[in-house]
Amino acid sequence: MQVPAPFTYERATSVEHAIQLLQRLGPEARVVAGGHSLIPMMKLRLARPDALVDINDLAELSQIRLDGDTLVIGALARHNDLLGSAVAGEHFPILIDAERVIADPVVRNFGTVGGSLCQADPSEDLAAAFAAISATAVLRGPGGTREVPVRELHVGPYETVLAPDEILVELRVPIRPGGGSAYEKVERRVGDYPVAAAGAVLWLDGDTVVDAGIGLTAVGAAHFAAPEAESALRGAPATEESFAAAARIAAEHCNPAADQRGPVDYKRHLAAELTTRALRRAAARARGQEA
Amino acid sequence: MQVTITVNGTAQTKEVEPRLLLVHFLRETLGLRGTHWGCDTSNCGTCVVSFDGRPVKSCTILAAMADGHEIRTVEGLEQGGQLDAVQQGFMECHGLQCGFCTPGMMMTARALLDRSPDPSETEIREAISGQLCRCTGYENIVRSVRWAAEKEAEGSSDETEKPAVTPEEVSA
Repeated sequence: MQVPAPFTYERATSVEHAIQLLQRLGPEARVVAGGHSLIPMMKLRLARPDALVDINDLAELSQIRLDGDTLVIGALARHNDLLGSAVAGEHFPILIDAERVIADPVVRNFGTVGGSLCQADPSEDLAAAFAAISATAVLRGPGGTREVPVRELHVGPYETVLAPDEILVELRVPIRPGGGSAYEKVERRVGDYPVAAAGAVLWLDGDTVVDAGIGLTAVGAAHFAAPEAESALRGAPATEESFAAAARIAAEHCNPAADQRGPVDYKRHLAAELTTRALRRAAARARGQEA
Repeated sequence: MQVTITVNGTAQTKEVEPRLLLVHFLRETLGLRGTHWGCDTSNCGTCVVSFDGRPVKSCTILAAMADGHEIRTVEGLEQGGQLDAVQQGFMECHGLQCGFCTPGMMMTARALLDRSPDPSETEIREAISGQLCRCTGYENIVRSVRWAAEKEAEGSSDETEKPAVTPEEVSA
């Protein structure tokens, strides 16, 4: 039987209360939301927090909404909430593509968007999806609120820039006209982490790429992004050749590790192929064609 | 710590350790062994219960997190001495072989039909995609859920019709 080591449990009634609890309980306390990453790690003693601060009652963190021309996703939104969100799907279909292949439908009922990002797993799908669309993470702590680009949220495997008494409250993504986005993943079976996955967003002016974002996961891409490939796309024609060239650059700059999901050359091949496919679908969507 | 969890409509107040998992609260603290405990890693789905109406994997949720919430287990499917249409479907279509995955499959099926009363085969397969049947009896599980959907569609068009199978007949 897998049972976590003993800990004390507190339930937060507001974001401020959660921060107070984290301050009082010290750096060995952890926030628990869906718990679908943290609790398995606690069962295996890979994580051994002294205390858990349960934020599941903080309904104000569950919203997915528009704030002017910004899409706002609360950290406590469940994966299935994001998957079913019409407003998210209208502006960033990449998020829907990604959510459809994260874990399985039952896990998606409880696991949260913020929890997945804060877990900082090097194979996390949402890290790549939000990196591709250059989302901003809003963190709140005792000193107030600060904004951190998602590309700077993760400092290493299972490590974020959050202070022990800070919590992720929401993600903000500016909406710009003319964009299209998509996410492509290869997984061994339903519910697994990716062998490799790529997300892309393109903004087109006619057949020219005005701006591009590429996110990669499970292949050792720094900050889950491919800035060199993005630079190569800006100003280029939105063609198969441009996409393949950018994908090659993305694959060259990533640093996959061999593991039970596959060898290095296969993962690098997937990084290029999935980046190409994501760019192709993103371009089709930017042109108003469903792909 | 003390928790009060409503299980199958009855509020249950118990003293628990914060680290107690919901699956063990149901099976050991309450003695409701219908919810099965399988892989312990949120992969197999035999521990699925309904949490405020949504199916969840109870091996990966603390009992403490369920404090103040409503849980429905496989024992709560039967209503007023009548088996749920999903339970009848699993009997009619041979939706179980060894039966280990069955409670979780039925709870997920119930939630699917509550949300989507006429699911396609693809929808059913998607809904149970996070659950494993090691007898590989998926074909009959899908048929069972379709049977339940059709049974409930008939029932809603003809309220007087009663399900054909009762719990007494099952145990007999």
